[in-house]
Amino acid sequence: MYAVRQWSVRHARGLNTLYRALEAVLVALHPLFRWIGYERLERPVAAVERSVKGLLFDCRMCGQCILSSTGMSCPMNCPKNLRNGPCGGVRANGHCEVRPEMKCVWVQAVAGAVHIPGGTQALQEVQVAVDRRLHGKSSWLRVVLERVGEAR
Amino acid sequence: MIFEDEPVPGYPLPIRPGHTSPGRFERLLRAGQFAVTTELDPPDSADPEDVYRRARVFDGYVDAINATDGSGANCHMSSMAVCALLTRVGYAPVMQISCRDKNRIAIQGDILGAAAMGVCNLLCLTGDGVQAGDHPQALPVFDLDCMSLLETARTLRDEHHFLSGRKITYAPRVLLGAAENPFAQPVEWRARRLAKKVAAGAQFIQTQWCYDVPMLRTFMQHVEELGLLDKVFILVGVGPLRSAKSAEWIRTHVPGVHIPDEVVKRLAGAADPAAEGRQLCIDIIQEIRTIRGVHGVHVMAYRQEHTVAEIIERSGVLNGRKPWSPGGDPQANTNRMAS
Repeated sequence: MYAVRQWSVRHARGLNTLYRALEAVLVALHPLFRWIGYERLERPVAAVERSVKGLLFDCRMCGQCILSSTGMSCPMNCPKNLRNGPCGGVRANGHCEVRPEMKCVWVQAVAGAVHIPGGTQALQEVQVAVDRRLHGKSSWLRVVLERVGEAR
Repeated sequence: MIFEDEPVPGYPLPIRPGHTSPGRFERLLRAGQFAVTTELDPPDSADPEDVYRRARVFDGYVDAINATDGSGANCHMSSMAVCALLTRVGYAPVMQISCRDKNRIAIQGDILGAAAMGVCNLLCLTGDGVQAGDHPQALPVFDLDCMSLLETARTLRDEHHFLSGRKITYAPRVLLGAAENPFAQPVEWRARRLAKKVAAGAQFIQTQWCYDVPMLRTFMQHVEELGLLDKVFILVGVGPLRSAKSAEWIRTHVPGVHIPDEVVKRLAGAADPAAEGRQLCIDIIQEIRTIRGVHGVHVMAYRQEHTVAEIIERSGVLNGRKPWSPGGDPQANTNRMAS
C-alpha cells in the first residue's frame, strides 16, 4: 500500500534494525532449515515474505532484495525497474515521470538512506542486472545461504 | 580537423595507447579539444538518403552525431541502422542504446554488431517510458538499467565475455557514454549518480538540456569534489528554444527538462523569439565552456537541426577548428585512397 510504503521510508532506521535482527535469527536457524530442507521451506517462507514485505514496501518479490541498500524504498516499484538510482525524468515535485501520482522511488530511497547507518554509502554500490529466474522466490532464504557460504 | 593517420571513410583509425576505441571522437576528447556533438532525428522511412540528408546539415560543425534509439518512446529507424549508414561514409556516430525495448540478449548482440560496423561510441540510457510515445500499448522491457548496461558493455569490451561468461573472440572497441540530468530531482544526489556511472564504466557524459547555468555550476562543483573531473568527459546539453510558448510546453510536458522563468520571460519579451532562442543558446554555450570539467557541448535542436551550424559558428567554440566531414578535405581523401 502506497501510504504504508511512505511510512516505511520514514522509519527506515527501525525497519533496517528489525531486518538485521531477523536476518541473524534466520542465519542461526540454518541447521534447522537444512534439516527440514530448503526446497520444502521455499514456498511457505516466500508466502510469509510476500505478505510482510508486500504490506510494508509494496514488495514485487524480485527474489534479490536490496531494500537495505535503497533506504527501504523498493526499486522494483519504479516503472523502469531502476535499481541504481533515478532516471532523468523525475518531475520538479519529486514525482515519477511515468506515474505522476506517485513519488519517485529513488527520491524516497535517498530520503530513507540517510536514516540507515551506512545507507548513503550503500546507494553508491553498483547493483548488477536482476536475475529474472529468482522472481517469486524467497530472498530471506537466499541471504541465509549466502551468509553461511552455501549460496546456490 | 583531419588526423594524419585518417583512414579511408568507413575504416577505423589506429587505436592510440590508452584509448579504448578506434574513433575520432575519443581522439578529440583525449586531445583536450572542446568537442561538439549533436543529435540526428532518425527518419520515419527506410530510405538511407533520408539519414544522409539529415547528417549533412551538420557537416563541418560537429564532431560526433548521436543516433537516438526510439527517443520519447516513438518509433523511428533504429539507432543501429542509422549508425551503420553513417559509418559507411566516415561519420563518427554515437549509438544510443535504451533499455526500454530490448533485453540483455538483444543488447549484447547489438553492441557486437554495431562495433563490427564501425560504431566507436555507445551512449547507455535507461530510456523513456512507453507511456510517453506513440505506442503506449507496448511492453516496457527494462531488463537492464543504464548502470547494468554500462557494466555489460564494459564486460564485453574489457573482459571479452558475455554476461553469461561465454567468451567472445574479438571484443567491441568502444568508448562508453551515459546521460545525466543535473537539473532533476533528487538534485543533491545527481553528482553521486554520475560517480556511480563512472564506476560502472562511463567515459563520457552527455547531459540533459541546460538552461540554468548556476545550477550546472553547483553540479560541476559536486562533480569536482567527488574527484571525477579527470575521470570523465562531460558534454553539456544545449539547444535553441523557438518561443516562450514552446518553452512553456516543453517544461510542463517533457519530464526532466528544467527551464527557469527568466528564460521564458526573455523569449516572451523578444521581437523575434526564434532568433532570441538561438542567441540564448549561444550565450549559454559561451558561459558553460569556461566551467572547469566541461569538455564540450551536445546540441539537441530537435526539428531545428538547420540552426546547429549557425549556433556553433557564432559561439566560436570551435576556435577555427573544422570538424571532419565526408569530402571535407577532398585532396587529403584522394591522397589516402591512392596510398
